[in-house]
Amino acid sequence: MEPNLQNPLGVSRGEPARKEWKHPSDHWLRGFVLDNRAALGTLGVFIVMMAVFMIANPTVFTTWYLYSSVLTTLPVALFVVVPLVFVVTCGEIDLSFPATMGFASWVFALVVQAGYDPFLGTAAALVTGMLLGFLVGSLVVYGGLSSLIATLGMNFLLRGLIQIINEGKSMALTSLADSWAYKIFSSQVYGIPVQIFWAIAFVVLSAMLYNRHRFGAQVRVAGDNPDSAQQMGIDVKRVRVKVFVFVGIGAAIAGTFSVMINFTWWPTAGDGYLLPVLASVFVGGTPTWGGIGTVVGGAIGAVTVSFIQTGVVAAGLSGFYVQFFNGLIIILSLLGHKWNQARYR
Amino acid sequence: MAERIIELRDISKSYGHVYALGGVNLSVDRGEVVGLIGDNGAGKSTLIKILSGVVKPTSGEILIRGKPVTGWSAARSREAGIETVFQDRALAVQQTIVRNIFMGRELTGWLGWLKVSKEIEEASRLMREIGFTSKVFTPHSIVGQLSGGERQGVAIARAIYKQAELIILDEPTTALSLTETAKVFHFVRQVRASGRSILFIGHNIHHVFDIADRFVVLDRGKVALTADRREVKSAEDLINFMEDVAHPGGLPGLHEAGDVGSAAL
Repeated sequence: MEPNLQNPLGVSRGEPARKEWKHPSDHWLRGFVLDNRAALGTLGVFIVMMAVFMIANPTVFTTWYLYSSVLTTLPVALFVVVPLVFVVTCGEIDLSFPATMGFASWVFALVVQAGYDPFLGTAAALVTGMLLGFLVGSLVVYGGLSSLIATLGMNFLLRGLIQIINEGKSMALTSLADSWAYKIFSSQVYGIPVQIFWAIAFVVLSAMLYNRHRFGAQVRVAGDNPDSAQQMGIDVKRVRVKVFVFVGIGAAIAGTFSVMINFTWWPTAGDGYLLPVLASVFVGGTPTWGGIGTVVGGAIGAVTVSFIQTGVVAAGLSGFYVQFFNGLIIILSLLGHKWNQARYR
Repeated sequence: MAERIIELRDISKSYGHVYALGGVNLSVDRGEVVGLIGDNGAGKSTLIKILSGVVKPTSGEILIRGKPVTGWSAARSREAGIETVFQDRALAVQQTIVRNIFMGRELTGWLGWLKVSKEIEEASRLMREIGFTSKVFTPHSIVGQLSGGERQGVAIARAIYKQAELIILDEPTTALSLTETAKVFHFVRQVRASGRSILFIGHNIHHVFDIADRFVVLDRGKVALTADRREVKSAEDLINFMEDVAHPGGLPGLHEAGDVGSAAL
């Protein structure tokens, strides 16, 4: 609005406004870039990283096996990275998802081992994940605990419980190979692992949930200004519990998928995902302070992180470089996003 | 005569033995801007809390559109169309204007999916209604990029969307520059033109004088003056009156220095 210098206190009484809304960027492409800066920045990092690896060793990157192996394990990470974007947006963190993955997939394994259909096992795993998410969320929200510490504690607690009961023994589920569930969730279509399609569907649905659904809108507002959200009639505590339940659901799907890939359930299932998944969320461009985030960015972050290890080895470097590159990518991404996020503060 | 939105009759509020308000009469008509002036501790915030139903009066009567109400509460206040806009902490600054206007009242369709285009349409209409139009900002703009006056505009638009009949603006111009204050005044005039009422609470008598149709001066829990815009010639009149109220005996030399006193208020 232009200040009226002749008449700074304004005497225009009830004068109808004539000016209309106008977008600062008339071109749709510019608007799209502005709205998706974080995700596009992450994509840029990924492309540059892949280019470097490919230049180092072009022939390896033409073999399909390299991509096929990433596409098998990447979906498992995606199912937890995406709900974690919601949690971080809400101003919380959840470090208990690896144990939830292990616990939910354990229920799946028990049901399958007892001779029931794997679909039933999947349903049981989902219910378990929801219940655990609700438990963790309630503990944090209604118990008034710090989510960082409380979820870390729950991760140890649940994992410990699994270890105590199973005494470290794994379960082989060979019957899975003939089941319909395996064909639908874990086989290959024209050489492409079918999990990736489920994961893409999950990412698209979640991105819509984040941007175009009441749930996402309330998560963002509750993370941005909880006092205001409460005042405007949003049950902020309920919203916060819901995001933990969402992580529980994602972790259950991820755990089940990881068992279906290997036909075996280990008591350590999910353990290795803690740090890569967290890194993916922040490499993806979701800031730590809450209120904003990007689901698609988080997904691209997960792709980036899972290609680091494969890429380093494929480029001909020794495995000792993996951690170094992990760190480098994380730091470079954060520096880039810091500049991106300036407009929000 | 215009419809009377709310009337407070002989409202008292005491906290233990301390009287915050002692028999206050206050009314707001439709399409009227009432300016409430008072020094710190005059009872302004207690009065706001009573109007918004957060605090119940110790004694007295509240009439909504001429009818006495029993069981006054925050919910009753909202039903009566009373919305309070606080200067700070009301908006989520990293979100768009649309998300702030529809905070907690999202326009949703099937299974809770947002009706995005309907929200933008409605937001544009609301912003036009209060005269918030700009070539720079759209309903998609982030609130954090707006100036203080424009943020007040977003909060006012949100109150209107909540079907507010009476909007209480609590110190809306206190931290604002002259041009920002002008923006807020512009919004207030547009709201009045649309037939809604505003209770404008301020420290700065000049600001209140410029915008209000009627003044209510509160002093130590009592209404010291109710005056129509036509009865008061200038802001200095009001300032002199307030000094008389504040120092009944009169401090020598203070009346001559009327405009010095205005700065303090």
